[in-house]
Amino acid sequence: MTRPELQAPPEIFYNDTEARKYTTSSRIIEIQAKISERALELLNLPNDGVPRLLLDIGCGSGLSGETLSENGHHWIGFDISQSMLDVALDREVEGDLLLSDMGQGVGLRPSVIDGAISISAIQWLCYADNSSHEPVARLKAFFGSLYRCLTRGARAVLQLYSENMNQSEMIMKAAMRAGFAGGVVVDFPHSTKARKAYLVLTCGPASMQTSLPKGKAEDGESCSDDDESDDDDEQTVGIYDRHRPAKRSKIAKMGKGKGKGKAWVLKKKNQMRNKGYSVPPDTKYTARKRKDRF
Amino acid sequence: MRLLTHNMLACNIKGVTNGYPLRLEAEKWVEKEVEFNADFLRGVFPKINWPALIGAARSLGFHDLLPNEAPDPSVLASDDQLLRQFHRALLELHVEEGGLVCPETGRLFPINKGIPNMLLHEDEV
Repeated sequence: MTRPELQAPPEIFYNDTEARKYTTSSRIIEIQAKISERALELLNLPNDGVPRLLLDIGCGSGLSGETLSENGHHWIGFDISQSMLDVALDREVEGDLLLSDMGQGVGLRPSVIDGAISISAIQWLCYADNSSHEPVARLKAFFGSLYRCLTRGARAVLQLYSENMNQSEMIMKAAMRAGFAGGVVVDFPHSTKARKAYLVLTCGPASMQTSLPKGKAEDGESCSDDDESDDDDEQTVGIYDRHRPAKRSKIAKMGKGKGKGKAWVLKKKNQMRNKGYSVPPDTKYTARKRKDRF
Repeated sequence: MRLLTHNMLACNIKGVTNGYPLRLEAEKWVEKEVEFNADFLRGVFPKINWPALIGAARSLGFHDLLPNEAPDPSVLASDDQLLRQFHRALLELHVEEGGLVCPETGRLFPINKGIPNMLLHEDEV
């Protein structure tokens, strides 16, 4: 199954059928709710009980917005898919919805927003869906306008599924160019399924904000990733490839270590024999360690 | 769309310098009750562009709901009636059908089912 981003532009991919899943699938709802809670936590808003005005970028069916409302905040949601917004209307979400394309800019006046979250949405900016789309320009328009509309010291927490390292870097560069400081927080980095990456960006000089929180680990304790920066002054960023854990285990299986490589080769030859292919017999030379230059 | 959101929206068209505030043309609007929170109102007040709010309220027919001049924050904090009127104007009036017009270009952004369509055409980006 290919990524949604490779199948169609978001306003077409999220049609009525796909949008329906966001009302009926309890699994999707549960996952999105969890991610939204975590994003709100990472926003690090003051714990004074005062409702804030927040943005939900790529709000879709309003699942993430509901988390914001439940925590007492007012929010404005943006999405490019009318079908998804219709689902949000059905749920009677409390936030205001706007049909807009984040790659065209956020269209709000300066310093009015207290925080922004985005759940599984901004990776769509990296794909050129029509001939006039230029991902770098779109990323620039998005991050530039987002930076402007946030108040000083406000944060933007963007959870995303980037396809590869290049994308993560492209996004990070655009954010930095727009003036944001920050880095990536990764929860459950060692689990392929549970792994979630959050881009935590702050407006304002680095000395103003607290250090990045640590990502969560499998056993519930915080784990710190090597590349993640806890230091305010150092703006290094940890970029992760979503598929790395899987790759690591594959390489271990095919490993050219002692005994491992041969066992795998013999297993494969047996499999092929069972299928009926003609396979050379196993001799003492099978999977023998060759000289490097071979 | 509530007047709170309208107060924040600006025209995003390339080259437009005077795209705020968008003129509100409401064909259908409703009033929905929203929980009153004085802390939020006091917190958001400094960010509100008062003339834009007055203009939007006027286009819905509310000419006397809010004072013409922006009140002093201290006055707002103490005057409960003013605070409630502010709350009503900002959060309880929802525009369902209508449009937003850019003051510089005249471009219309339609509002359907309470959702403004802010998508720009290719030549406007």
